[in-house]
Amino acid sequence: MRTLTTPFIVLSAGMLFVSPWIINAAPYESTMGLVQKVFYFHFPAAIMFLLAALICGVNSFRFLFFRKQSADGWALAAAELGLLFGALTLVTGPLWARKAWGVWWVWDPRLTSSLLLWMIFGAYVLLRQYGGPGSERLSAGMALFGMLNVPFIYYSVNVWRTLHPQTSVVPTLPTDMGIPLWFCFAAFSMLFTALLTLRATLEHQRVRVEALYLLEDEV
Amino acid sequence: MIGSFLRVAWHVMRKDLTVEVRSREVLFTTLFFAVSVVLVFSFAIVREGRAPDDVAAGILWVAISFAGTLAMGRTFERERYNDTLRALILAPADRPAIYMGKLLGLLLLMLLVEAVLLPLVALLFSAPILAFPVHLTLLLTAGTFGFCAVGTLFAAMLVRVRSRDTLLPVLLYPITIPVMIAGVRGTAALFQAAPDEPMARFWIGLLVFWDAVFVTLALWTFEPVMTE
Amino acid sequence: MHRLVVKDVARHYGRRKALSQITFSCDAGDIVGLLGPNGAGKSTLLNILATLLTPSRGSVQYGDQQAVDGAVVRGLIGMLGHDLFLYPELTARENLTFFAHLYGLPNAARVVDAALARAGLTERGDDLVSGFSRGMRQRVALERALLHDPRLILLDEPFTGLDQTSTAALVDRLKERQRAGCLIVMATHDLDVADGLLTRAIYLKNGRMVASDTDPSGLADRYRQAIT
Repeated sequence: MRTLTTPFIVLSAGMLFVSPWIINAAPYESTMGLVQKVFYFHFPAAIMFLLAALICGVNSFRFLFFRKQSADGWALAAAELGLLFGALTLVTGPLWARKAWGVWWVWDPRLTSSLLLWMIFGAYVLLRQYGGPGSERLSAGMALFGMLNVPFIYYSVNVWRTLHPQTSVVPTLPTDMGIPLWFCFAAFSMLFTALLTLRATLEHQRVRVEALYLLEDEV
Repeated sequence: MIGSFLRVAWHVMRKDLTVEVRSREVLFTTLFFAVSVVLVFSFAIVREGRAPDDVAAGILWVAISFAGTLAMGRTFERERYNDTLRALILAPADRPAIYMGKLLGLLLLMLLVEAVLLPLVALLFSAPILAFPVHLTLLLTAGTFGFCAVGTLFAAMLVRVRSRDTLLPVLLYPITIPVMIAGVRGTAALFQAAPDEPMARFWIGLLVFWDAVFVTLALWTFEPVMTE
Repeated sequence: MHRLVVKDVARHYGRRKALSQITFSCDAGDIVGLLGPNGAGKSTLLNILATLLTPSRGSVQYGDQQAVDGAVVRGLIGMLGHDLFLYPELTARENLTFFAHLYGLPNAARVVDAALARAGLTERGDDLVSGFSRGMRQRVALERALLHDPRLILLDEPFTGLDQTSTAALVDRLKERQRAGCLIVMATHDLDVADGLLTRAIYLKNGRMVASDTDPSGLADRYRQAIT
């Protein structure tokens, strides 16, 4: 995967550069018009965000229970990317909401769950940063709780929301926005994969450098 | 195997309660803190002498969550003081049993605090706490148990970390949101003018399920996370 | 457990080397001293031997068992830490009883009575530990560490703050354990007491083993030679 990172980054940069034209050419959505086009960035970002959560959770599990040191690098990279793509999702979401429904924030199940998941990633990164040595295991443990919680958070927020009168409904995935959607999706996926691999590799190398440094003056 | 697990958990819990009964430090400070939280929120929210509907449940659970975080921090701080946590980890006992004992001790403490908090909230907001006592008790117990289950694990994890006082809430609150939602909505359903009993039962069910999942996860992860 | 083998043990904290390349072995009946200036890594090594820390590299072998975090290995180890591991809010008897139950000892009451008697504290058994002097607390803590008759006894600076009588009592107890076939490893600064007590000495400086010998006399001089 490492050899693909450069072509991935170049390709995704190029695709993201031309994406405004492609999105512009896409048909207007019936109810929301131009504003809906944020969706082409919002949706892939959201998917990458969830993917980051999955990768973080799985690797935290492998690190904690199978003692695989490399899994920790992947988990950390996934958490940081989760913060990045989550931020993208949480910024594009309200932008869309503002224009479509007139409010910046709606306590919609998906947005709320995303915010909570984003905060869990934030907690993970804070713990790694300020937890001192040995915080890898602690954050891995915490990540397990966070990721396992995602379905619960979504479900409970969903039920909570339906108790309140609805002022708007987030549209379900439209099926006929084909080309621009898959185009942006591909660009985001490549970007995500490339960044994940780079960051994880960086972390693996940092660990190796530290180990080598420690061996330096051994007899 | 189960026998020794229960035995160890029981003794750890008993020890914690004995220590607490002697000093009463955590109980009193947590209780007064919880009462202060209720008052502060009341002043913040009550307008022209009347509280908006539904706010009693919210205030109750916010107080529980804030006070609970404080209590967990304190009980583990005590173990850190004479490094007794090390002695516990060193014992040939099943380590998850130690977690369980600490969890149960904390739960009992919190339930005591809630026993005082509930009448207070009822008084201040005319909440009908005696309408469905069984449901309310179950709701509070299941919710507090879930909150304490995750909190005990995190507090234990953070015992040797420098910024543990601020990191504990940062880690704990996002993850216990389902507990908060279920607790508040369930309690609100019971406090309504026309109580919604099936709704309360739904939330109790969800809480019990959540508790089962996360206590299991905590028992699993306690040992790997506590070994340095 | 007849033999303890430490092979190439190292422990790092980020870039800081707390211990590196520690290799030695000792047999039942040995009293091993870990000597060195502050920060040399004595406590870290003791914690690794106690299975409280996992070595970053290398291994420790207890008799026929590798140090995998097993309750079996922990059942062989008794540790007297620098912080004594006692609950000040409990009485001496309660402290010992709690740990007896934690260790799963049958007949806890009788074991605790015997332990109090050996510590010479039977009359003070029902007083809170917070009221004890350092020497008395040390005695209780030592008996706590020895409750389950461990084969490996680890002591971290046990002679700190003790008066003549307490020191002599501790030395006697250790010698008695030595005769019973236990292996004792202790970190200490107190060269006068250690002289004549140790059968083996390991000198640590900056996390490394700078010397080791098995000549039990003239410790102060050899320490000066090794460390400076």
